[in-house]
Amino acid sequence: MGMTMVEKILARATGQAAVKAGDVLEPRVDLAMSHENGALVINQFNEIYQDTGLEAKVWDPSKIAIIFDHRVPAESSKTAGNQKKIRDFVAKQGIAKFHDIRGDSGGICHQILPEFGYVQPGSVVVGTDSHTTSHGALGAFSFGIGATEMAAVWALGRVLNVEVPGTIKVVCEGKFKRHVAPKDLILHLVGKLTAEGANFKVIEFHGPAIDSMSTSGRLVICNMTVEAGATSGIVPPDAETLRYLKDEAGVAEVPELFGPDADAAYDQVITINVSKLQPQIACPHTVDNVKPIKQVLGVKLNQIVIGSCTNGRLDDLAIAAKILKGKKVAKGTRMLIFPASTRIYLQALKKGYVATFMEAGAVVMNSGCGPCLGVHQGALADGDVALATTNRNFKGRMGNPNAEVYLCSPAVAAASAITGVITDPRKKGE
Amino acid sequence: MAKVVFKVGDDVSTDIIYPGRFMATVLPTETPQYAFVDYPDFNAKIKKKEFPPQSIIVAGKNFGCGSSREQAASCLKGPDFVVIARNFSRIFLQNAINLGLKMVICPAIEASEGDELEITSDQVINKTSGKSFPIIALPKARQAIIDAGGLIPFARQLLLKGKR
Repeated sequence: MGMTMVEKILARATGQAAVKAGDVLEPRVDLAMSHENGALVINQFNEIYQDTGLEAKVWDPSKIAIIFDHRVPAESSKTAGNQKKIRDFVAKQGIAKFHDIRGDSGGICHQILPEFGYVQPGSVVVGTDSHTTSHGALGAFSFGIGATEMAAVWALGRVLNVEVPGTIKVVCEGKFKRHVAPKDLILHLVGKLTAEGANFKVIEFHGPAIDSMSTSGRLVICNMTVEAGATSGIVPPDAETLRYLKDEAGVAEVPELFGPDADAAYDQVITINVSKLQPQIACPHTVDNVKPIKQVLGVKLNQIVIGSCTNGRLDDLAIAAKILKGKKVAKGTRMLIFPASTRIYLQALKKGYVATFMEAGAVVMNSGCGPCLGVHQGALADGDVALATTNRNFKGRMGNPNAEVYLCSPAVAAASAITGVITDPRKKGE
Repeated sequence: MAKVVFKVGDDVSTDIIYPGRFMATVLPTETPQYAFVDYPDFNAKIKKKEFPPQSIIVAGKNFGCGSSREQAASCLKGPDFVVIARNFSRIFLQNAINLGLKMVICPAIEASEGDELEITSDQVINKTSGKSFPIIALPKARQAIIDAGGLIPFARQLLLKGKR
């Protein structure tokens, strides 16, 4: 029996010829990512070394990445203190892959990692963030862990006692219709699987709709696999992966690409014809409460958000700018746009998108996690309703448990900003 | 035997257990003050330390879904709760094991607030209703970490043995 993509990666990461779902392994880690919660990782890391008589040095500073994104610039002295603690640690340990609050190299961790070429196909990536699943878009096995787990990785260079996950194969047939996007595909899939349908499993994407999808789109679908509970999403790397790594991420040497075996064993195979998809909306207060847009048209909106690690990339901003060009954000509706990285922000400036957004009445915010997690920007009032291209709509997510969040694609968000209600971006009859 | 002090439904996310707006607070000694903060009555009792150790929270399926924030586990470990759920989300389960929070996977659990439960090696007995419900073992892969009392002592042992 052959191996799935993740089984193959884990076999290589443990120096074995073959592994199978259920095996317990300790894979070496190629990249270990944290953000502001690195402050807690440092605390736990120091605790591991306490009373050992050993010097608390990370196993390999070149394999650690720390990106400030959750609360940038700091919203409180407490956060500023955490960030300072991390800066000191980074300097002391010699961690070079550090992205501070800067306009030339900052952004959301799940955009910075691919953009700077930190993620290699076939590698093992862990991050103290649940959306670390994103990097499966480049063919890595990439999954979220907690801060204490990360402290052990910093100390030991491997993840302890990992059970090889089973894999759900998702085959995506057909071609996306106009104004139907990878976001609609992943919302549809999460709705189908439910919030726990892929718990402890990997979702491996295949099919012509994936083959023709850009890395940006693949990042969207892998990002949100965690909303079905998945350990990770993964796309077998191909010519598009090579193009992205060389042309966009500036990677000089890409390792030899490999895919799953043709006779790999999957727990489940799901086929989706994307030609038949309509724009999808995740309704409050769970991501799996997904409905086709026609069932929620006309819901009144107080705030529209475009951005985040899910949909804050240049192609997302391009579609929004196309729809908003020469139009105005509806009175009584606030529109917030936050590009996923400062590189994307600069590109959007040069292409005129930022001007289009501002002329329409949108507020363009700095790159970071912003309103998505409701920490310090764009919080909602009691009774407010938001529509966002972000990834979660849990009660309280956007800073207020007495508000509601709907999730959608950038095209739906932009079209709805003009009307102030949930609006289908397609023309009648499309 | 211990009492059920709080009952929640399915898909309780980490944003409900420990909302994102308090994520700048990271230390396990400080997180319990924000546990279930949007449930003010329960949160107030946690802050007043009204619950004896090993008091029970009963939950539905997919408890702890969402973010990887470890505060969601540490805020329940502080007051020494036991969480019985129909099942747990992967990252929450790992975080809880790593911190030594006691969890019980009990797919058929039926219990109400105020019920007295006894947890044995293979079942949960609801003394109030007289019914008992089988337990599913925690992942075998993590047993060594559970036995060591959490990931910090486990990783420390490995370091001291030179198994870097």
